[in-house]
Amino acid sequence: MPVKILYFAWVREKTGKAEEVVDLPAGVATVAELVIWLKGRGPEYAEAFAREHVIRAAINQTHVQPTASLAGAREIAFFPPVTGG
Amino acid sequence: MGVRVQHEDFDIGAEVKRLTAGRTDIGAVVTFTGVVRGANDGAGVAGMTLEHYPGMTESELAAVEAEAAARWPLRASLIIHRVGVLAPGDNIVLVVTASAHRHAAFAAAEFLMDYLKTRAPFWKKEAGPEGDRWVDARESDGDALARWEHAPKHT
Repeated sequence: MPVKILYFAWVREKTGKAEEVVDLPAGVATVAELVIWLKGRGPEYAEAFAREHVIRAAINQTHVQPTASLAGAREIAFFPPVTGG
Repeated sequence: MGVRVQHEDFDIGAEVKRLTAGRTDIGAVVTFTGVVRGANDGAGVAGMTLEHYPGMTESELAAVEAEAAARWPLRASLIIHRVGVLAPGDNIVLVVTASAHRHAAFAAAEFLMDYLKTRAPFWKKEAGPEGDRWVDARESDGDALARWEHAPKHT
């Protein structure tokens, strides 16, 4: 099942891309598992997710926790804590 | 009720006038304006770039606004947040709340700012003397949000 993954702010700069479409491999069922899988895709991902406890995630444009299930996810985003206002 | 994410500046007077035009049920209007500082954490700031997550930004702002409307008897509200390149002195964000009496408008304006600072997907990158740097989230923003969690709802 292809899903769109978006990266923002320094996560985007470190991965070198704003978005990509990936096929989630079997066994990747949660946000935390997706982060582990992404970190294995290359040094730029390992670097981007090195401080993974700091990185926030959203599924289908709603904030989620690392334990969140990817079932039904069409769009997954990773970003630093927000700093608007 | 309304939220806008835009590159352009906003005119506070014009926005308030538009929000309250023709209304005689509003007795209090509170506005908050966030402005780019020329220094942050002791370092000079030449300007900043605001990035956001199109789509999610608008839905988060609308959710924050709906939450405020559920907590206080607001007659009208507006959130405008700018994105793109901004210079010191430029406006960043405008929150307007209107109610029959002042308490709801004051409290809801502060609540909206506390919530949007911790939930709305915006990121600031500052240009300073040592180059560009992403602004870190402040712990105090989380503390400011936490005090609303147990606050009684004013209906």
